[in-house]
Amino acid sequence: MEGHLNLTLKIWRQKNANTAGKFETYQVSGISTDMSFLEMIDVLNNRLIEEGDDPVAFDHDCREGICGMCSMYINGRPHGPNRGVTTCQLHMRSFQDGETITVEPWRASAFPVIKDLVVNRSSFDRIIAAGGFVSVNTGNAQDANNLPIPKDDADEAFAAAACIGCGACVAACKNASAMLFTSAKISQLALLPQGKAEASKRAQAMVAQMDEEGFGACSNTGACEAECPKGISLENIARMNREYFSATFSSK
Amino acid sequence: MTKIDTKIPDGNLAEKWTKFKSSVSLVNPSNKRSLEIIVVGSGLAGASAAASLAELGYKVKVFCFQDSPRRAHSIAAQGGINAAKNYQNDGDSVYRLFYDTIKGGDYRAREANVHRLAEVSGSIIDQCVAQGVPFAREYGGLLSNRSFGGTQVQRTFYAAGQTGQQLLLGAYSALQRQVGMGNVDMYTRHEMLDIVTIDGKARGIIARDSVTGALERHFGHAVLLCTGGYGNVFYLSTNAMGSNVTAAWKAHKKGAFFANPCYTQIHPTCIPVSGDHQSKLTLMSESLRNDGRIWVPKKQNDTRKANEIPEDERDYYLERRYPAFGNLVPRDIASRAAKERCDAGYGVGTSKMAVYLDYAAAIIRYGKGEANKNNMHHPSDEEIQAMGKAVVKEKYGNLFDMYKQITGEDPYEIPMRIYPAVHYTMGGLWVDYNLMTSVPGLYALGEANFSDHGANRLGASALMQGLADGYFVIPYTIGAYLAAEIRTPSMSTDSEDFVAAEKAVRDRLETLINIKGSKPVDYFHKRLGKIMWDECGMARSEEGLKASIKEIQDLQKEFWSDVKIPGELNNLNPELEKAGRVADFLELGELMCIDALDRNESCGGHFRTEYQTEDGEALRDDEKYAYVAAWEYAGPSKFNLHKEELKYENIKIAQRSYK
Repeated sequence: MEGHLNLTLKIWRQKNANTAGKFETYQVSGISTDMSFLEMIDVLNNRLIEEGDDPVAFDHDCREGICGMCSMYINGRPHGPNRGVTTCQLHMRSFQDGETITVEPWRASAFPVIKDLVVNRSSFDRIIAAGGFVSVNTGNAQDANNLPIPKDDADEAFAAAACIGCGACVAACKNASAMLFTSAKISQLALLPQGKAEASKRAQAMVAQMDEEGFGACSNTGACEAECPKGISLENIARMNREYFSATFSSK
Repeated sequence: MTKIDTKIPDGNLAEKWTKFKSSVSLVNPSNKRSLEIIVVGSGLAGASAAASLAELGYKVKVFCFQDSPRRAHSIAAQGGINAAKNYQNDGDSVYRLFYDTIKGGDYRAREANVHRLAEVSGSIIDQCVAQGVPFAREYGGLLSNRSFGGTQVQRTFYAAGQTGQQLLLGAYSALQRQVGMGNVDMYTRHEMLDIVTIDGKARGIIARDSVTGALERHFGHAVLLCTGGYGNVFYLSTNAMGSNVTAAWKAHKKGAFFANPCYTQIHPTCIPVSGDHQSKLTLMSESLRNDGRIWVPKKQNDTRKANEIPEDERDYYLERRYPAFGNLVPRDIASRAAKERCDAGYGVGTSKMAVYLDYAAAIIRYGKGEANKNNMHHPSDEEIQAMGKAVVKEKYGNLFDMYKQITGEDPYEIPMRIYPAVHYTMGGLWVDYNLMTSVPGLYALGEANFSDHGANRLGASALMQGLADGYFVIPYTIGAYLAAEIRTPSMSTDSEDFVAAEKAVRDRLETLINIKGSKPVDYFHKRLGKIMWDECGMARSEEGLKASIKEIQDLQKEFWSDVKIPGELNNLNPELEKAGRVADFLELGELMCIDALDRNESCGGHFRTEYQTEDGEALRDDEKYAYVAAWEYAGPSKFNLHKEELKYENIKIAQRSYK
């Protein structure tokens, strides 16, 4: 049932990429437990606007857990305390009255801060541009059912393809590694016959881009999998490594 | 007065597109390299168009306001995509998909466009599979299908409840491939704030870099708006927070007609509003109506819990009223039926503005099916429940999880509470057969145009239309225009027209930020949304619409004198972005009411209370209103109506019946 919370918020404020940031403390009261976390921030922001202060900038769009745009690091965890949930789907019933909540942006050198809680994740787009596709122009396709794909393979590819590109895996990793993100796309396409033709080239190109962007090496702690809102499995990293090493060994 | 020229090719309906494709002007590969195309928006329509045009050799620039093209709101489409493949051998065909779409749209869509859509639908599935889109499959390895509303065949392809995500990621990967190859320049965190026209033709855009606040001028031989729908005019909708009408509205003010603005889709199955804090509504996919049963108590104001109400005291009102289609009636009909029950006092939940969507019967049916498959001859009830829930989880797991996260209730155990919410807009920029607006060189694709869904869109047809427009229509139709542009060199953006357009944008932003009033943008947006929902939502009346037009005009004045926008122009400023969008919504809302007032009939999602049959169904007036209302901007609060007459040469126009 609906209740109301009074909370203390410690939020990272940073004017832009060139200025140093710091935590600011805010009080919010009468927060309904039926609100989403972002709606709670909306309440704070509308108050800040009315008081003549600059509202907290944060990324968000679909607010239904699928676009991958929201990206808050809440109480030391990407997307907050619950497993399998993005920040926009996190509801205030997961918090206690009187609690202090700390909110930070994703921390990674490959994700520079733009303002407050907003970071630049275009490095992910460049990793996909390096090879996260099947090279098929529009109009080249054969009839879809000419290519039967075992259901288990299709299901596994789908599970990897469910990645929303939010970057929680990077934020969770002490090395700020993008292995889970990169491996999910490599896996999806390596599992499907359509993707096999360029599987080796893809693995090499995407891994090279990932390194160039400044993401760290795998920490082997599994924090990425634990914090992924879409449950992307660590097995994808193993599969990526297989693809990458077999590509490296067989390369000319 | 401009004459409406649809440019529909002559000939038999089924041959128009084939004939068009083989006779349309072509641009040779070396000329393509010097032709520049601007694509605004990176959803299904924008990403597929940009990738396909770049593959052909055109120089493409893509703009999106999000931080990555992968985040466009197509990503959130859940249930599926239609295609006339007839893989199920259940009688589907191009003609049937065409017919279902025209009928579903309540006979207010253009025959030639819809037939073309049905013709290319199969190729979309082929293309997506080739890209590695992991559609659901059967154990034999072939593609699986399910049903959606308004059809009696299974033609919907899907990827769990995340079909839009998978299709968009497919189109996004094709787009990123072209970005990597240097054929597309991608501009993320950029918002288009005006169209630049030179000598009557669209020649570029003014865009604002959201991070630095800098205004930029970009030239294109053609401009494609793939900027989605305007459902957020209602404040609360299933659209993403950033979804807006600004690009389309700027185009409208530069001469593009806006067609059928009052045709909005209220989706029947959304999670009900929980309080004033609500910032958006969440859809529960129409695919849930494949297996779920919708009901309310037979008794008014019944306060018992759902599971305590015995079977014979439940009213499965859709099955009762529409036995032929049952729970799978089209969206407009299902939404009105839910509203009718709630208004009559049979609603459930604390707000009484909800109905139940119940999976208990489906869980038992699937559980028994699994028992048979596994040769279990005497399964216990618990075993049936467990196996049934596992099947439901596989089909709809992400939706059930989402429901639980939002409401805190477990839909595997108790029925979901749902209520209609704004979801999609059939209206949009008027386009001809080539998808060109009434401004030469300016195109509109996907939800941003008005073309294919008439007065009501069928489920799983939005993804189909977005990808059809981008992958298979625009690559051909744009040749008709660009073939005549090969002698036009790339233009300098220092010309008077570009400079003036940029100045107008800058002046407007400065005006907005200098109002320094007392109310945040959301305050005005919420008030507009309430007017629109109450008077231009599921039921509209002459009296209500007239009053609303006045109210909206007053609200416009209040907005421009009292809005308070913090921050600066030259920095990331989400409130400034929102303010610009809400200012445009305030003008659009007025036009929507004007359009709804003009249309003295009920059709599809447009329901005028004065025009209904005895049993409460929409009552069309084909004599007077079988036209597309294409509105021309003629200054503040002034719009001129142009009518595109709809001719039905292949379908017998009839009272729509799903009984």
